[in-house]
Amino acid sequence: MDADKKLISDEKMDLIIGNILRVAVIISALFVIVGAAIYLWHHGMEMPKYGVFSGIPRGLSNLNEIIADAWHVKSLGIIQLGLLILLFTPVARVAYSVFAFLVQRDYMYVVFTLIVLTVLLLSIMGIVI
Amino acid sequence: MDILEFSSLVFVGSLLAGFLGAATGLGGGVVIVPMLAVGFGVDIRYAMGASLVSVIATSSAAASAYVREGFSNIRVGMFLEIGTTIGAVTGAAIATSISPSYIAVIFGLVLIYSSYQSVFSRRQDDSTSDKPDKIATRLKMNSQYPTPEGMKKYYVHQVPGGFGIMYLAGVLSGLLGIGSGALKVIAMDQVMRLPFKVSTTTSNFMIGVTAAASAGVFLNRGYVDPGLAMPVMLGVLIGSLAGAHFLFGATTKVLRIVFAVVIFGLAIEMLYKGFRGGF
Repeated sequence: MDADKKLISDEKMDLIIGNILRVAVIISALFVIVGAAIYLWHHGMEMPKYGVFSGIPRGLSNLNEIIADAWHVKSLGIIQLGLLILLFTPVARVAYSVFAFLVQRDYMYVVFTLIVLTVLLLSIMGIVI
Repeated sequence: MDILEFSSLVFVGSLLAGFLGAATGLGGGVVIVPMLAVGFGVDIRYAMGASLVSVIATSSAAASAYVREGFSNIRVGMFLEIGTTIGAVTGAAIATSISPSYIAVIFGLVLIYSSYQSVFSRRQDDSTSDKPDKIATRLKMNSQYPTPEGMKKYYVHQVPGGFGIMYLAGVLSGLLGIGSGALKVIAMDQVMRLPFKVSTTTSNFMIGVTAAASAGVFLNRGYVDPGLAMPVMLGVLIGSLAGAHFLFGATTKVLRIVFAVVIFGLAIEMLYKGFRGGF
């Protein structure tokens, strides 16, 4: 049976995904740490205002703005860029699975994985609600 | 209290929550939201945004460690993700349209249940001698996992029931800003009858994907504040990586009781504040 073969390739595939994710989390954490250091240096003595919800995305709202902020070494932009990298780690994982199931010619699971990927992307792009 | 002190305290609290969550296998998200909302006076919506970010970090960072052990069932996880991601978007949609006080009350009830479960959760014996299930076989979900006596085959059961609970887990994740790992484990361990170890590792794999689905909505609605998410994410991440190494100690039982007491206390606070309309 091809059950053994399937299992081995599953395992290898999982390992590759796992390592990609770990590296992405480290990169994301580095962005957040650098951003945090700059943020605390400039704003550490101010008062936190998290008790009141403003509903306005601070230092984000769109990708270009975040990248521009990060490029100009604005602390919140750098943190937000790190968080975006983090947000995309599960997306990368699902996208990689689409590819891996395609290689295995498991079309049923290609469809399942594509559904998950679509929901994720619609949600992140702010289209769903 | 200025931002430097505030961030340092939140960091330490998140470190502890991440450690306890990983060491007990229950996840830290469920403690983070009430800790921020009740302990630090943070608006519950910012608390949920920061918590979800930390849930994704924990899930992705631990993925390679879990995968190496060869336990997680990626097919079961992927199929059930359809339910959890759609549920998560549903939950996030509800969260952005109802009063935060309702969220606090629902959160309190979920916390009470979690605290009960963390002490009295029963660990089911792996029933591997039974017959294969028709739907699970069609979906190629049956697999095997490593045991001290070598690889052991197992059959997956009750796919529709498991899928339904997973949808609910997704709704709660989006509604409350948590990973709802405990509910995912129940769906796989007790309903679909996967071996316990397979259930917990597959759940960890799924948590990040579910959280990302709700985080997308939260991000667009301004729930994720970088200044607050920063100490929470770093704290939970470091805490949970340390806690994961702790998993097999004999002290797990003591930790679970500590965790249950902490959660129960937070539950009462959340319910009190929720009913009083303090959010």
